[in-house]
Amino acid sequence: MNKITNNKAWFLVLPVFFIVAISAIIPLMTVVNYSVQDIFDPQTRFFVGTEWFEQVLGDSRLHDALIRQIIYTLSVLFIEIPLGIAVALTLPRKGWGVSASMVLLALPLLIPWNVVGTIWQIFGRADIGLGGYLINLMGIDYNYAQNPMDAWLTVLVMDVWHWTSLIVLLCYAGLRSIPDAYYQAAKIDGASRWAVFRFIQLPKMQSVLVIGVLLRFMDSFMIYTEPFVLTGGGPGNATTFLSQFLTRMAVGQFDLGPAAAFSLVYFLIILLVCWVFYTVVMNAGKQGEQ
Amino acid sequence: MARIDLKSLAHSYFPDPKTDEDYALRRMEHVWEDGGAYALLGPSGCGKTTLLNIISGLLTPSHGQVLFDGKDVTNLAPEERNIAQVFQFPVIYDTMTVYDNLAFPLRNRGVDEKRVDARVREIAGMLDLTGKLKQKARGLGADEKQTISLGRGLVRDDVSAILFDEPLTVIDPHLKWVLRRKLKEIHNKLRPTMVYVTHDQVEALTFADKVVVMYGGKVVQLGTPQELFENPAHTFVGYFIGSPGMNIMDCKIDDGAAWVDGQRIGLSDRHLDAISKQSGKIELGIRPEFLTLETGNTDKGADGIEVNITKVEDLGQFKIATTRFGASEIKVKLGEDEQVIGQSGILRFAPEWTKLYADSQLVA
Repeated sequence: MNKITNNKAWFLVLPVFFIVAISAIIPLMTVVNYSVQDIFDPQTRFFVGTEWFEQVLGDSRLHDALIRQIIYTLSVLFIEIPLGIAVALTLPRKGWGVSASMVLLALPLLIPWNVVGTIWQIFGRADIGLGGYLINLMGIDYNYAQNPMDAWLTVLVMDVWHWTSLIVLLCYAGLRSIPDAYYQAAKIDGASRWAVFRFIQLPKMQSVLVIGVLLRFMDSFMIYTEPFVLTGGGPGNATTFLSQFLTRMAVGQFDLGPAAAFSLVYFLIILLVCWVFYTVVMNAGKQGEQ
Repeated sequence: MARIDLKSLAHSYFPDPKTDEDYALRRMEHVWEDGGAYALLGPSGCGKTTLLNIISGLLTPSHGQVLFDGKDVTNLAPEERNIAQVFQFPVIYDTMTVYDNLAFPLRNRGVDEKRVDARVREIAGMLDLTGKLKQKARGLGADEKQTISLGRGLVRDDVSAILFDEPLTVIDPHLKWVLRRKLKEIHNKLRPTMVYVTHDQVEALTFADKVVVMYGGKVVQLGTPQELFENPAHTFVGYFIGSPGMNIMDCKIDDGAAWVDGQRIGLSDRHLDAISKQSGKIELGIRPEFLTLETGNTDKGADGIEVNITKVEDLGQFKIATTRFGASEIKVKLGEDEQVIGQSGILRFAPEWTKLYADSQLVA
């Protein structure tokens, strides 16, 4: 058979190209446009080069928000990933318990994010919230609206409550894909419980865990809705993460130039971290194969 | 190394089995000798893997006992029974090197590193894995992964028995042959008790000293390859072993002979004596090797049957002729230089190799 050598196939890519252009590329280029100009109205605009970038990168409030963000995201990952794995390992493998635990675990994932914020806002209140009331009853002076540490912890616990299920479900799917023969072979090889986890379960969960870590990194790094509803970024700046900071700059103060420059930096940070993480993990797996 | 006794062993996956059909394994009594190479042969779903898993301890039988060297191990876990097992599909520890994979069963038992190293290198040598010891197991092909699994099964030299569950299914034909010979070699050298599950008769017959043929949850015959060939105890054994399998025909006994589709087949007194005490469905079986087909000769004599020849296949070292009379189709194995002339011929049965079965069980 002769291979047809024209470029008509490219036309088939057009629909995707249009969709991606409208949904991603054009909005992104608009942001790029704003980040290098000072725009007052469509007729009045000045090219400012890298001025906005220099301004936001030197902004100490932004540095603080970035550090808060990094600490928060790392905390989220260090709690949710091990906790998710641990819960997945204890889930039943057959019987009615499987569906029951799946439904229970999926519940937090089904709740809209601003509702999650509202739930915890009420739950954490010392006067009418069950959680806040009980903590105060134990003699701990807890008030997320006044104490920055309390607010920060509340946001963290809320995230753990909301998203650990995702890791559990991903890991559980990974665990279920391990054929019984592996466990049988490990038994016969005399492997300890730890060795089974280390050499069978963990390697088989690796690919889903990579996805899980990436999703949780991206989502927690961009967290906006829940703290916005729960604390509004306060008290002070204790729960002002990067998204809050950006929104305040863009919508609150209408500093569109710096906000656009910062958006790009934000975007690049996430892209870079994801890429580095993914590459490192995938290469570590391949090492020594050849 | 150990002798394995199966004492009134049976297993059902149902909590309350009633009929025979509820049993994955019907009641059996067997003694498997220390140092023997046994093959469990049978079609899919005949219970051979169930039996293997009971011996290895992955499954606790619902009835009866398993003894290793006279010691009851029925309720012991696999790791307490000191056995090795190789599974149908490669089970390897992806993140470890080939060396660590092979060393794993030894290290888990606290064997000292010097001894581990010696054993791993010895087994790797036998299985041609020496050059790959430092590689990660993850990147290897299915063949090599299964070879590692075999190696992990062989690496401990103090096991009671080594069990193989169709270990060569995923291996390509040439390597299959090589590995089977290796296993045989290892068996001859070290004399471990080996139990090998397979549905491939060639594999069973070349590997094992004794073949255990299973069918429908029962052991229908336990014997040497020769016994299985010459004296199939069950029509299934006749049909399953041999290529092509035994010819099996419904027959009636009358007037001192067997009658198949109105044709007379001569029987000996031995046959007649035994069959007179039997009732039930009577079948006559004979292996294609023990039939003679005469062509270009119309004199059928006293014991010949006129047949149509529907097909002759030349398989290189021998020919297989498919013949027909009435509703019966009978295959005959012919030597490479025997000529088949025309569409019809005379078929002769060798009475000493003609077998009679009542309800599928050998009578004479």
